[in-house]
Amino acid sequence: MVEFGTHFALVTLGSAVLIAVVRLVKGPTLPDRVVAMDLIGVLVVGLIVVLAASTSVRATLDAAIVIALIAFVATVAYGTYIERGHPE
Amino acid sequence: MTDVIVGVMWIVGSSFAFLAAVGVLRMPDVFTRMQASTKASTLGLGCLLIGAALQLADLPSIVRLASIGAFVFLTTPVSAHVIARAAYHADIPLWDGTVLDERRPLTAPERQTNQPEIG
Repeated sequence: MVEFGTHFALVTLGSAVLIAVVRLVKGPTLPDRVVAMDLIGVLVVGLIVVLAASTSVRATLDAAIVIALIAFVATVAYGTYIERGHPE
Repeated sequence: MTDVIVGVMWIVGSSFAFLAAVGVLRMPDVFTRMQASTKASTLGLGCLLIGAALQLADLPSIVRLASIGAFVFLTTPVSAHVIARAAYHADIPLWDGTVLDERRPLTAPERQTNQPEIG
């Protein structure tokens, strides 16, 4: 069961990242792209967590923490940038 | 038994994360996209983290997974709020089917069109 769950989760999360990339490319505005980028951050954290648990390589969990931190800071920075009046 | 729970948790969590991505692709404007992304992705990531904690089952991993979960659960609403506020102030157009924009009379009354009266 855990084999099937791992494969299902990896395929599903990977295709979710691809769908979010479609939104990232299509836009049409900068906030849309920031939302897609934020979602990609969360999805990559999920991918890393599933990979770390299924291969028992625990060191990659620290990478997941760092990616979650950076995604949050990037989103807040983009929010400030948009709010100051550079919407394109 | 643990294997079955881990597998189910990962299937449920990745399905929710996939639904978040579909919502971000299909929803009509930035505000609806954002709510699809934040709600479904926090729930999905929560299930993935519980499954990973059951699978690894040692203290250092569980502490790291719990800190990822706490951090993401605390920061996702904050970042969604920041982006929504920024998009609204940057005059990103709302969806055509929007029925009520309660903030428009407060920020720019002269641009108010077809909005119901507040109060």
